Amino acid sequence: MSEQSVEEGNGRSSSWLRRIWNTTSVPVGAVLLAALIGAAILAISGANPLDAYAALIKGSFGDSAAVGRTLEKATPLIFSGLAVAFAFKAGLFNIGAQGQLLVGAIVAAYVGFSIEGLPAIIHAPLALIAGAAAGAIYGAFPGALKTYTGANEVITTIMLNYVAINLTDYLADGPWKDTTPGNVVARTPKIFDSAAIPFVGDIPIGFFIALLMAVITWWLLYKTTIGFEIRTVGLNPHAAKYAGIKVAFTVILTMTLSGLLAGMGGSIETQGIVGRYQPGFNANLGFDGITVALLGKTHPFGVIPAALLIGAMKAGSSQMQFSADVAKEITDVIMAFILFFVAADMIIRWILRTRAAEGEKITLSTGWGK
Amino acid sequence: METTTSIPIWKRIWDRLGILGAIIILVLIGIVVSFIQNQQVTTAVLSSTIRQSTPLVLGALCGLIGERTGIINIGIEGQMLMAAFIGYLANVYIGQLGVFSVGMTLFLAALIGIATGALLGLLLAFMSVTLKMDQIIGGTVINILAIGITGYFYQVGLTTQGKLQPIALGRLADIPLVGPVLFDNPPITYITLILVVVVHYMLFYTRWGLRSRAVGEYPSAADTVGINVYLMRYVNTTIAGGFAGLAGVFLTLEAVGSFERLMTNGRGFVALAVMIFGKWTPFGAWGAALLFGFATAMQTQFQFMGNLTIPHQFIGMLPYLLTIVVLAGFVGRSRPPAAEGIPYEKE
Repeated sequence: MSEQSVEEGNGRSSSWLRRIWNTTSVPVGAVLLAALIGAAILAISGANPLDAYAALIKGSFGDSAAVGRTLEKATPLIFSGLAVAFAFKAGLFNIGAQGQLLVGAIVAAYVGFSIEGLPAIIHAPLALIAGAAAGAIYGAFPGALKTYTGANEVITTIMLNYVAINLTDYLADGPWKDTTPGNVVARTPKIFDSAAIPFVGDIPIGFFIALLMAVITWWLLYKTTIGFEIRTVGLNPHAAKYAGIKVAFTVILTMTLSGLLAGMGGSIETQGIVGRYQPGFNANLGFDGITVALLGKTHPFGVIPAALLIGAMKAGSSQMQFSADVAKEITDVIMAFILFFVAADMIIRWILRTRAAEGEKITLSTGWGK
Repeated sequence: METTTSIPIWKRIWDRLGILGAIIILVLIGIVVSFIQNQQVTTAVLSSTIRQSTPLVLGALCGLIGERTGIINIGIEGQMLMAAFIGYLANVYIGQLGVFSVGMTLFLAALIGIATGALLGLLLAFMSVTLKMDQIIGGTVINILAIGITGYFYQVGLTTQGKLQPIALGRLADIPLVGPVLFDNPPITYITLILVVVVHYMLFYTRWGLRSRAVGEYPSAADTVGINVYLMRYVNTTIAGGFAGLAGVFLTLEAVGSFERLMTNGRGFVALAVMIFGKWTPFGAWGAALLFGFATAMQTQFQFMGNLTIPHQFIGMLPYLLTIVVLAGFVGRSRPPAAEGIPYEKE
């Protein structure tokens, strides 16, 4: 106690710096330690860690095209990360971001290729909103099931992921299949240019939409009554009910908005990157959202650097595979250790002798939707 | 005594078994009817049901042993994947030594795979008990780690000397329908059926089981009567990891015979669903896994029959939709162990 008051007496600038140090030391330390472990694994398996990391960094930040690639990879992860983090705030574990994202992606594609002649200013937002709405409906479903039948959202969202995979496969290989002569693969036609979300130079505009959504999510969670109710339900549904919060409504709303975020991520992937829906192109974006949300400590602003970090590793891993001949799965190993060290922050705090910032400890798992 | 005899016997059976008993009877009647109509298909579907359900039951047992003690395990997928991989590599390299017979090689490989799962269980216990890390993060770490390590060290073109073969249990295997389905299986399938009973007995009829459940429901009370909460959680999560390991080994040493990247294909997550579906009981999980396995088997059967007017993707949805329908319609709310997910702080 006394030590703390002395520090505060040192003036504002030093306590400000200390606060930054306190919040950034753990993630930075975690990345460094994880990179060291990754290097050890690379060295043991006969690769040169320095070459591998040099290629990884070059591929993700080396030039403006590489930075663009990093942002491109990070964009859907921001959305799926926000989706999972948002549901966590209400104590819900949305493993179904993957399915919601797929449904959003294919519906955005449908609006993109089926409507011709609209001006871009209407068409692109229309496709984006359609995809987001599809994701929202797909997310609302497990929320409603939980509320009205008690079916656990962990199970139903897992199951709905597989349903979404089958459904989108069917659409892309059936009624919505690309009928261009010569096409044999399952995919939708290319969307019209008017529905595309363009790039500014190397930077996808979708990235800015993602940032905007992070701000909106933060605002909704921390500056509105609904956000307060969502967080209260997450902390203690019984107390929330006692306080007059409509828990059932809040659960459905949270899952709907979570699905909306994931669906929007799918839309942006279709409209900004792929240009159509093709099965397999969006694999794991939703699951990676779980990692992003956890790495970002389930805070909307934590999700952004987490998505950038994972996006950078994804962007650079091809370069690493190509020029250093290192299998790109090593980035998964590094990612696992980053997550480990961020969550087990006591290890790094012990090494660096820093103290935890107020209320920084994260707890999500108080059981399956109690 | 007077009152007991006055209740008709059918009512007593109904009270005892309830709706579950009715469903079981209906299912049995359904099986008999379909067997009379088409022997071959019925046998094939039911055998496939057992095969499909085996890794799910094992994964669910892993999950429920951990959760009964208060540790959420969403890393079952990773434990299975890693065990499948290491077990496979062990089969390959022990086989190359040429010292052991094929059977012995497979046995050793299976043990190594189980140990791999257990080791990851130990890691989960270390993260959640000692480091008091969030347990969902702990499980996610295991999942990503397993994807990374198995992917990074994956090699193509490895060969083995074989996989685990079915063992027919003498005369029992000759019984129509029941024989080929239940008594002509490879070893891990038998072991799984035994394990369901063993875990049920251990959990509900032994001192260990009572202590485990106490730790999962009310750790501070368990602590005051002298149960070592930390040790209990460590031991159980490690043992549970062995079950997931066995599930992984089932894939590479019994079902498929080789390793592919990401070959668990979400089975660990489905196992999690099966565990919740079965309300954290071994028999419940077994039933849920059989239901899921049956739907998967039907799906394969439909595809096999061909010339269907329904697109195959809709049949592919069947197991998942069925699970949702049954869960929403019949099972409803389930209550997890009270203390799960919360790191225990000794006072």
